[in-house]
Amino acid sequence: MSGESKAIVAQGLSKRFQSFLAVDNLDLEIAKGEVVGFIGPNGAGKSTTLRMLCGLLRPSSGKAHVAGYDVEKDPEAVREHIGYMSQKFSLYNDLTVRENLRFFGGIYRVPKKEFAGRMNFAVSMAGLEGREDMLVHTLAGGWKQRLALGCAILHRPPILFLDEPTSGVEPEARRRFWDLIHDLASDGVTILVSTHYMDEAEYCNRIALINRGRLVAMGSPGELRLRDLGGKLVEIACSPLGAAVNALAGSVIEAAIFGDRLHAVLDPNGPDGEEIRKLLEEKGMNVGAIRMVSPSLEDVFVRLVSGGKEERVLS
Amino acid sequence: MLERLAVMLMKEFLELKRDRWAMFRLIVPLIVQMLVFGYAATFTVHHVATSVLDLDRSQASRSLISHFVATSRFDIVDYAQKQSEITHDIDTGRATIAIVIHAGFSRMLDKGAALQVIVDGTNSNTALIALGYLSQIVSGFSLEQSGASGIGISLQARPWFNEGLDDRWFFIPGVIGTLTLLQVVSLTAFAIVREREVGTLEQIMVSPIRPFEFILGKTVPFFLIGLGDILLVSAFGILWFHVSFMGNPWVMLAGASLFLLAALGIGLLLSTFSRTQQQAFSLNFFFVNPLFILSGFAFPIAAMPEFLRWFTYINPLRYFLIVLRAVFLKGVGFTVLWPELSALALLAFVALSLSVLRFRKSLD
Ligand SMILES: Nc1ncnc2c1ncn2[C@@H]1O[C@H](COP(=O)(O)OP(=O)(O)O)[C@@H](O)[C@H]1O
Ligand SMILES: [Mg+2]
Repeated sequence: MSGESKAIVAQGLSKRFQSFLAVDNLDLEIAKGEVVGFIGPNGAGKSTTLRMLCGLLRPSSGKAHVAGYDVEKDPEAVREHIGYMSQKFSLYNDLTVRENLRFFGGIYRVPKKEFAGRMNFAVSMAGLEGREDMLVHTLAGGWKQRLALGCAILHRPPILFLDEPTSGVEPEARRRFWDLIHDLASDGVTILVSTHYMDEAEYCNRIALINRGRLVAMGSPGELRLRDLGGKLVEIACSPLGAAVNALAGSVIEAAIFGDRLHAVLDPNGPDGEEIRKLLEEKGMNVGAIRMVSPSLEDVFVRLVSGGKEERVLS
Repeated sequence: MLERLAVMLMKEFLELKRDRWAMFRLIVPLIVQMLVFGYAATFTVHHVATSVLDLDRSQASRSLISHFVATSRFDIVDYAQKQSEITHDIDTGRATIAIVIHAGFSRMLDKGAALQVIVDGTNSNTALIALGYLSQIVSGFSLEQSGASGIGISLQARPWFNEGLDDRWFFIPGVIGTLTLLQVVSLTAFAIVREREVGTLEQIMVSPIRPFEFILGKTVPFFLIGLGDILLVSAFGILWFHVSFMGNPWVMLAGASLFLLAALGIGLLLSTFSRTQQQAFSLNFFFVNPLFILSGFAFPIAAMPEFLRWFTYINPLRYFLIVLRAVFLKGVGFTVLWPELSALALLAFVALSLSVLRFRKSLD
């Protein structure tokens, strides 16, 4: 079942903490060399799933194979083949860059002959040349994250699990981090990376949307954007936004605040754009432009999550 | 295996080196506690505040009082005139002990005179010890009065190994074991829990490192620190408090090593039961105090109820104290101490094995 071409396979994976179901019957199939984004709000169950795939948490039920090994029966074999960056920064703050790399290189038994080369690679990849002897706690967030990635790939794992590697990092450093991820992927590394930044979804080959422990949808960003929202999507400039969302409830399929605008999915049998304007103005709201927009991933995500329908894996 | 152990050790020592206060934290409390124990932990009582009421006013009564004046054990704080003054002295705490010589004391001497002693029993320990001294003085006095004609057994006690019956000689070896236990158990318990809290443990658990490689890497530095502790505190006891060291340093080293392994095992075991430093702290508190009380350090094991005595058999400190006192004061060697050393080895093996078995590379 582990499937030779599949790097990560999960079937009915669940994790229960006491009475709370943090991950609910999750199915996942990730091919070698794919970059898959694991996207969902805080508390969705991303970290819990990644930890089960790394063999750090025991699944309550279901199965998972990573690099062809059963995570429950053979966690040590899994560990030989993966790199993991936990959500919380977890290198040694009171050691230097070089000492951290040497430590993790030693723990993973990187051959002595290759060590210098790999360390140089990790240092230059993280852009830390000249900072090898700095204590880690003196580094800024972006550098720390790249160093953590460097430590996680010293042993050249074919599969990488990155848990919110870009959270709390400034946008420029985030972009740089994604460049690194793509460099690794082009070398054939399979990467499952979690994030709660919707815009990062665009960097992934495929994304898995997860909410309240359930996989809501999975597919490429393009595929997901094409998903039928059930009607046309319009963007409405109006104020106040909160009252407008309430006012539209029942008249449209979906209404949600997007920045300083409102996005609404129009019901094909309900009011159209101009009728919506009247409806809002009757309630004393200021309404500006209303225009059709093409759905973003966020629209799709909002629709999938609040629609409450049991959407299953696409493609 | 050696490779991973080597990097673990390197990491531990680098962290220790970077921690500027580490040396201070490791050494100063030891020295301070050694001093406090060395000076304060003694059963010898001096200068017991004493109040005297002499209603006999005879040659004999004055002579008895002079016996009390002559010793530093008692300080006469009040020569009372009537019974109510005595009561007042004891009530107010001015005197701990009061001696009342009733009228007719000297007349009754050869028929068996009575001496009334009132003692403030709130501190039963001091009271008992003071009463002990008092009865020594009184029997000395009565022997004197009865002269050569009187029948009396005089006890010729000759304490071996500690001729001066100096309490310090009894305590200092005990202090070495106790302080080392406190330090090593808590250092070990906290070290792993801290890595768990900071998150570095998660990063290590996801690597292919084997539990015993990790545990060994964590234990070796603390083993060395523990040996350093024992050396330091022993040197202090010998040089500062002039406790004699009669025995063989190798016996001491063997005992110390086995004891440290057992203490490390206990610390590691505690750490596998704690998720946070807060929990480690409570557990440490819960376990280390009984280890101390049930060790024979201050309270004789022979005086403990049967069920508590059983606990002392699984307490490494019990055995190490026997080894320490024997090596320091008696100078005996392996031939005598092998049962204690074997017990320590067994405890160390059990505690360390349990902690390796319990250390799961898993977060739940
Ligand atoms: N060890 C645990 N014990 C109990 N509940 C947990 C534990 N770990 C996570 N949870 C809960 O499981 C849910 C999912 O958590 P997590 O996987 O960390 O979400 P995410 O990474 O998507 O933010 C959260 O509600 C969290 O509180
Ligand atoms: Mg998380």
